[in-house]
Amino acid sequence: MKETPLSNCERRFLLRAIEEKKRLDGRQTYDYRNIRISFGTDYGCCIVELGKTRVLGQVSCELVAPKLNRATEGILFFNLELSQMAAPAFEPGRQSDLLVKLNRLLERCLRNSKCIDTESLCVVAGEKVWQIRVDLHLLNHDGNIIDAASVAAIVALCHFRRPDVSVQGDEVTLYTPEERDPVPLSIHHMPICVSFAFFQQGTYLLVDPNEREERVMDGLLVIAMNKHREICTIQSSGGIMLLKDQVLRCSKIAGVKVAEITELIQKALENDQKVRKEGGKFGFAESIANQRITAFKMEKASIDTSDVEEKAEEIIAEAEPPSEVVSKPVLWTPGTAQIGEGVENSWGDLEDSEKEDDDEGGSDEAIILDSIKMDTGIEVSDIGSQDAPIILSDSEEEEMIILEPDKNPKKIRTQTISVKQEKAPNKKPVKRRKKKRAAN
Amino acid sequence: MAGLELLSDQGYRVDGRRAGELRKIQARMGVFAQADGSAYIEQGNTKALAVVYGPHEIRGSRARALPDRALVNCQYSSATFSTGERKRRPHGDRKSCEMGLQLRQTFEAAILTQLHPRSQIDIYVQVLQADGGTYAACVNAATLAVLDAGIPMRDFVCACSAGFVDGTALADLSHVEEAAGGPQLALALLPASGQIALLEMDARLHEDHLEQVLEAAAQAAQDVHILLDRVVRQHIWPSPDYPLLQSGPWGCFSPNIPRVSWHRQGWYAPHFMLRTPQLQ
Repeated sequence: MKETPLSNCERRFLLRAIEEKKRLDGRQTYDYRNIRISFGTDYGCCIVELGKTRVLGQVSCELVAPKLNRATEGILFFNLELSQMAAPAFEPGRQSDLLVKLNRLLERCLRNSKCIDTESLCVVAGEKVWQIRVDLHLLNHDGNIIDAASVAAIVALCHFRRPDVSVQGDEVTLYTPEERDPVPLSIHHMPICVSFAFFQQGTYLLVDPNEREERVMDGLLVIAMNKHREICTIQSSGGIMLLKDQVLRCSKIAGVKVAEITELIQKALENDQKVRKEGGKFGFAESIANQRITAFKMEKASIDTSDVEEKAEEIIAEAEPPSEVVSKPVLWTPGTAQIGEGVENSWGDLEDSEKEDDDEGGSDEAIILDSIKMDTGIEVSDIGSQDAPIILSDSEEEEMIILEPDKNPKKIRTQTISVKQEKAPNKKPVKRRKKKRAAN
Repeated sequence: MAGLELLSDQGYRVDGRRAGELRKIQARMGVFAQADGSAYIEQGNTKALAVVYGPHEIRGSRARALPDRALVNCQYSSATFSTGERKRRPHGDRKSCEMGLQLRQTFEAAILTQLHPRSQIDIYVQVLQADGGTYAACVNAATLAVLDAGIPMRDFVCACSAGFVDGTALADLSHVEEAAGGPQLALALLPASGQIALLEMDARLHEDHLEQVLEAAAQAAQDVHILLDRVVRQHIWPSPDYPLLQSGPWGCFSPNIPRVSWHRQGWYAPHFMLRTPQLQ
């Protein structure tokens, strides 16, 4: 389905909040959301949660013939898929632009930076090499897919173990995991992407935008670095105009963030290693916390609201009660009146249109009835007594019956009992009308 | 490859240039009569052709029309014979899609789209020979084509690539230098304000060197601007200061422009040589 557009007031609210250096989840401008890394039972499988954005990464390997022009190097494949469960807007055919952008960025970040030693993946030069495939699936979209995906990819690659291979002369022996322990890949460094969102033509900058912030941003700058402060990829997108010093500043911030994230990844990998060695339980089922329904709660976002200038309560208290805007009732024929403008219909001749207007007048009445009851909550008595009903003179009858103000149908608002009372006086005019026609 | 040094001790690169030197740039505007705007550019051995149609009514689904600005649609295609090895898929693959997206992003920022609401501007770029710096050549060609079409822009969009070897930043990389695997930066900027429209970098570069490389790329883009500006002026007003360039195989040569005699043949701008019409 098509993405629900963001309403104008929400957009304005977000931009104003950003101008005042407030984010909706209480973070500072350079803060990341909580990153959680959990591993599956197999080697090479992991789930990375960046706040609520969730990416699943899986690495697999296969022995294939190498590419003709690179006979001694292994092959790397990266693929990111935006699963339909991630967001309602993701559909099989619809997200191609975003998909291409993300995939290319990931490829450039991981492949061109040579984080994995492809020469070590060669088994028999020119004949057999390892083909490593990294599949990433986005499970939940809450902004900043690229960061979560890059962390998931590199964690999965670090976690992965490939089967051991030995070559004796012409013989190639592939050992199963039971025969020989699988071997980790040789990874030189860990490139991690950091995203910067720009607002108001580059005036304001946020790190790790969530989904709402992404919708109102002007553009995105992604810098991929490793912990040795080497920049692996820079990509600016979205049509923002950057200045050189902005880019340099962002690269410094990225350096700090990448160091923190790399530390986190190392710790997670070590933990998992320890658990597996000690024979403890590991896997996704273990890492999902047991949440009982009675214990479910949503955490309060820690936003500092002490410096809010205008508070809603003050505004409401000082404001005057809304004036009752009721248009004058218009009397069409005895017994039916209309408040407000109905929808004008333009087909049928005058009589038909009159009748339909009457019907709509009736329905308008009913609607206004309910709404006024809800709005004011005060018993509305005899509004009709304020203004006399407007009488239209296009009735074809000679006898015009003028209802007295206190018998005006508007009284229905106060009590339902009075409806019956209304019917009684109304019947009289109706009867008279019929008689009149009979006479004619 | 052992023995291929990208920067010699005397400071010369593989093709004899210095570190900050651009390759020879030759450009023509108004190459095709059919299109609203077209341009052809050669940067060294990289040859790119750009064609612009628009602004016209939105083709395809009307739902894509933007109520307050024009839609910019870019397509990038590189010929199968453009690289050393014959390419199988000239368009539709991820790299071409990405290039198209990046070009679109660059030009959406530069073209004054608010002046043409509910319409579409198409930019098609074709690379005939890729010898490094393809993105830069595409952007430069597209800028000239958009100017040829008369579509108002904020400023020129000038692009150049840059790399880093042995502590020195190199400007305008050729294919040999790109294939060596060092860091490559592609930068598109608006010269008057120095604002960066697109920044893209690959391969590892230490953070401390980033400023140096950015500076080299920015300077190179400014140099490209001087050349492109000259090309545009020559195309529109061939005057004694800017003599008419000799028409190439696709040049639109107007016989009514009076021939002028120039005895002086000199260097009007760095790295740019004019071939002036010789009077008999």
